[in-house]
Amino acid sequence: MEPFTRLSGIVIPLPRVNVDTDQIIPAQFMKRIERTGYGQFLFNSWRYLPDGSPNPDFVLNRAEYEGASILVSGRNFGSGSSREHAVWALHDYGIRCVITPKFADIFYNNCIQNGVLPVALPEDRVQELIEKAERKPGYRLTVNLENQTIYDSEGFEDAFEIEPFIRERLLRGLDDIAMTLQEEDEIAAFEATRPSWLEPAKS
Amino acid sequence: MNRQTLFEKIWDSHVVHEPRGKPALIYVDLHLIHEVTSPQAFEGLRLSGRSVRRPDLTVATVDHNVPTIDRWFIKDEISRRQVEALKQNADDFGVRFYGIESDRQGIVHVIGPELGLTRPGTVIVCGDSHTSTHGAFGAFALGIGTSEVEHVLATQCLVQKRPKTMEVRVDGALPRGVTAKDVILGIIGSIGVDGAVGHVIEYTGEAIRTLSMEGRMTVCNMSIEAGARAGMIAPDETTIEYLEGREFSPKGQEWEAAVAEWQRLPTDEGARFDKTVVISASELEPYVTWGTNPGMVVPVTGRVPDPKSLESESDRTAAEQALRYMDLTPDIPIQDIAIDRVFIGSCTNARIADLRAAAGIVQGKQVAATVQAMVVPGSTQVKIQAEEEGLDRVFTDAGFEWREAGCSMCLGMNPDVLQPGERCASSSNRNFEGRQGKGGRTHLVSPQMAAAAAIAGHFVDIRDW
Repeated sequence: MEPFTRLSGIVIPLPRVNVDTDQIIPAQFMKRIERTGYGQFLFNSWRYLPDGSPNPDFVLNRAEYEGASILVSGRNFGSGSSREHAVWALHDYGIRCVITPKFADIFYNNCIQNGVLPVALPEDRVQELIEKAERKPGYRLTVNLENQTIYDSEGFEDAFEIEPFIRERLLRGLDDIAMTLQEEDEIAAFEATRPSWLEPAKS
Repeated sequence: MNRQTLFEKIWDSHVVHEPRGKPALIYVDLHLIHEVTSPQAFEGLRLSGRSVRRPDLTVATVDHNVPTIDRWFIKDEISRRQVEALKQNADDFGVRFYGIESDRQGIVHVIGPELGLTRPGTVIVCGDSHTSTHGAFGAFALGIGTSEVEHVLATQCLVQKRPKTMEVRVDGALPRGVTAKDVILGIIGSIGVDGAVGHVIEYTGEAIRTLSMEGRMTVCNMSIEAGARAGMIAPDETTIEYLEGREFSPKGQEWEAAVAEWQRLPTDEGARFDKTVVISASELEPYVTWGTNPGMVVPVTGRVPDPKSLESESDRTAAEQALRYMDLTPDIPIQDIAIDRVFIGSCTNARIADLRAAAGIVQGKQVAATVQAMVVPGSTQVKIQAEEEGLDRVFTDAGFEWREAGCSMCLGMNPDVLQPGERCASSSNRNFEGRQGKGGRTHLVSPQMAAAAAIAGHFVDIRDW
């Protein structure tokens, strides 16, 4: 996983609450067995008209937002299905940071697993960022994970909270599995204490 | 004495390692796998030369992609590859696999309990948000992403921050005609779709205690729809009776030891939850969702709300967007909404008790000429049982299609989809935009309400049926 330290990029505003993972990537695009190539399906139903042509009103189709790496949206972002494909689609499209007042739990974990920084800010601050990005397409923010700050060139500045462990993981791009396998002795010791009724009975 | 909740007892007995200031490493007793969220995890194992630590605690089946008619050959090549990949992965890594040809195949959250794999006091994970279903047995059961699936395959453990606890108590007896589905829709309508984020819900109270295991599974299944990390219900006689004698349930002395352990699980008198919500069962009614998330719900006797009546601007905007998508106008009575399709199925409501209840509604009646209706059993075992009881004939005589087991029209990943603009009364769990097919419009209801709507051609109150 690539480390996340500091990111400066164009902001995409998505002024909606409860954006669920079915919107981020509809189920029909989850049939593939690969981990890559999902960016083309990101927000498919909002991004394309019924005839398959790009919806000119949708933010991802506006030239000023091209190359964006930060997404700002309303509360309960990433709710619903556990599909990691949602984060793969965002990442593949180029998004490295999502800002919202409140994340759905599974989506939050999936972000961490893929080096996408989830930033929770108060509702009014998120609204302010959405308005800025809507008013001035191409609006840029800088996110610094090392000192947990977020700012623009016009005086917006805020600090954000993140669990120290998660911050460390993202900064160093660490792999959970390798870390857990170092606990092998403890896992084996725990396993030895499990009661035998926990094993599936033979049918 | 240290008074503990059901959740705390399970958590404490599964912590392998909990370093200060870091999330815990917890041990997983059962890992369920399906074809959609596992291929990249197995590929990850291959790339790093890792194996599955406990194939004996891992069980795989196919459900999301499988067609419910003509399923012996999946025409969609990409779907077929995904199903074949799971079989190959199960073979390569020594994991038990129930494929299309198996009489134990079915929706992963239906087969776990019916095979006796799901047990009280255990930690259960699956790359699927509706894993919360298994909490009905007093397990800590949660949905995880594919990277976490790979982690559990490799280590049999999950890195997890301890969630907060939330009690949702439903006091009093359920009124006639109010089902488990209405209980959970009522709860979500009350606490909101993000009302339980970061929390594990324990459902308590008389209305919950009197539910069957199937009803409890319906309630726990939709915990994720309130944003909960998991939902759970303390095991009792109903739980034990359901599990006894199932294929993989413990037998003999092991069974005795297990039951003794399970009886120690219920939350201790006086244990504290981080949050408590109390709902009066007498205030619950049969519900119908009108919008594009499960919290947008009103009683069947109600009307489509006017967004102007909502307090916050973001809620007003969301309601306006939802009504536009659903092609509904404010203030029309719910019972005036005509439907095109009916889907009775999904991990929420496709168990034998659900099918019996729905069959009771349609017996001797005919599906409205304007409606296309189908019943999709949650598992092949449910299908076999229903056919033994003659339920398939009740449905087909009434004009319903009777299908093979799978996720079907719950999520638009297989041939069962709504066409753009079609309106569906569905016993499933999500009414998100496009969930049942691009442009499709979903109204969530109980299987009984879906069955009655199929006959009437519009929503009706089953209390008047």
